[in-house]
Amino acid sequence: MAEKSNKTSLTIYYIILALFTIFYVLPFYVTLSTSFKPFEEVSISNMWKLPSKISFEGFKEAFARLGPNLKNSFYLTIPATLISAIIGSINGFALSKLRFKYSNTVFALILFGMFIPYQSVLFPLIQFFQAIGLYGTIPALIITHVIYGIPITTLMFKNYYEEIPNELVEASAVDGANIWQTYTKILLPISIPGFVVVIIWQFTNIWNEFLFAVTITSDPTKQPITVALVNLAGSQVVQWNVQMAGALIAALPTLIVYIILGRYFVRGLLAGSVKG
Amino acid sequence: MSVQKKKARAGFFIILPSLAFIGIFVYYFIFLTIRTSTSNWNSFSSLLSGEYKFVGFRNYQRLFMDPRFQTDLWNTLFFTLFFLAGCIILGIFLANIIDKQLKGSSFFQNLFLFPMAISFVVTGTVWGWIFAPGNIPTSPQGINLLLENLGWTNLQWMWYTSTQSIGKFNLALIPVVIAATWQMSGYVMAMYLAGLRAIPEEMIEAAQVDGATGIQLFWRIKMPMLRPITLSAMIVIGHMSLKIFDLIYAMTGSGPNNVTDMPAVYMFEQMFRSNRYAIASAIAIIMLIMVAAVIVPYLYSSFRGEK
Repeated sequence: MAEKSNKTSLTIYYIILALFTIFYVLPFYVTLSTSFKPFEEVSISNMWKLPSKISFEGFKEAFARLGPNLKNSFYLTIPATLISAIIGSINGFALSKLRFKYSNTVFALILFGMFIPYQSVLFPLIQFFQAIGLYGTIPALIITHVIYGIPITTLMFKNYYEEIPNELVEASAVDGANIWQTYTKILLPISIPGFVVVIIWQFTNIWNEFLFAVTITSDPTKQPITVALVNLAGSQVVQWNVQMAGALIAALPTLIVYIILGRYFVRGLLAGSVKG
Repeated sequence: MSVQKKKARAGFFIILPSLAFIGIFVYYFIFLTIRTSTSNWNSFSSLLSGEYKFVGFRNYQRLFMDPRFQTDLWNTLFFTLFFLAGCIILGIFLANIIDKQLKGSSFFQNLFLFPMAISFVVTGTVWGWIFAPGNIPTSPQGINLLLENLGWTNLQWMWYTSTQSIGKFNLALIPVVIAATWQMSGYVMAMYLAGLRAIPEEMIEAAQVDGATGIQLFWRIKMPMLRPITLSAMIVIGHMSLKIFDLIYAMTGSGPNNVTDMPAVYMFEQMFRSNRYAIASAIAIIMLIMVAAVIVPYLYSSFRGEK
């Protein structure tokens, strides 16, 4: 709903928006301008200036250092995202269309797992992975993200399927379809928008995750990019342009997703804010 | 068996594996952490020997007497307070401007949201550089350099390396709050925007016919309608803030004298650097209790009454 605005207030709004734009773009400006600077121009005294010429030295160096970790992040994020989306879809189907006694209580019990500080399960989790011989590996991280992703993906699909009329599901039962057929033939084909939202959400979250990544993988060659970026920043010898190029490389995949599929990204955000 | 019953049974069996996983990986693991937190496992050798000795709440007592942990709790409180206030005020403010549907407002909406797509680690790295003070006044860095270029040297400051405090509030938290707010305020804005768009148009029009001004409209109609959104935003930002780790770790470490330290950072150090598993577990459980105090009533009220 729009209210009528006169010219003066319009100008004021634009001035306010412009000021906030500076705030939101500032880190982006610093990152971008620094990462394209040649080594000799990266000194603290010209940090706010644009590069005099575009140089890819920073990116080359950052890729050399972070390339393997970038690959790790993809190896980790893609399977973890897909598996957790599938599980969420099946669970969401059960909790919205096959309700049983206490299904809401069960749902609340599952949902609680979304909010816990993961510190409270971290030590047993590491011991568990040590016991089964997976500690320090990417599969361990995949399992972790799949399991702790159950609450959020279940929530998102449950909300999505609740919008779909029950009659549709009931009609298929009348036609003699069993539950599995109802799911694959009726629900799954109309789930694509739901999958898009959940996949974007999970991809972004798993890609950006740090605590599990830093504690479950100790071997630098197996660490995802978030951990490698912090390690890069921790080593003082690294040039700022390398570090900023590294930050950009780490941010790029989720930024691209956001730029291309922003609409679904926002939907995921709102679904993630729990409306019960 | 009726169709209904059959369906319900199938539903239960479909959920069962997930429930079992959550049962083990959330509830049982929390139990194990509680068990560790009341044990004597405060060195690698005590853990290796595996001999469990129950020491009651001694680790918790130690923590609450520990000045660093006291600082952490105060930091958490103030960080949460300002982070929440920042996100909610900015969120409402920006949502109300975007909602006016000016030309290009969807561009601004996307712009304010983009930090959400980025990792806290990246945010911490970049803002950490922006707020790095350098040596003032001789060779300022980041914001301080910008301030010097603008001729506002009296605004130069030590930022997150400052050890100043007002009461229990460490001023070094200010840059951290700014970075966190930068990242999350767009999210809150999106929530409010969705809320504003759900307010029936007739309601606004009716109020306008009755001669309500923009400000009255905001306080009397919109704000009360947006109350559930504010609650959701407080839950989301609040629980995130209580367990904040990556931003601090990437941006400031803990700062001098732990001015920006948080329970999650302390926990990490105790667990993975000092091998004090019991103490680390006790910190984790305290964090869990803080989060649960916010979340459980919320989940309870959301799901009560439904069958």
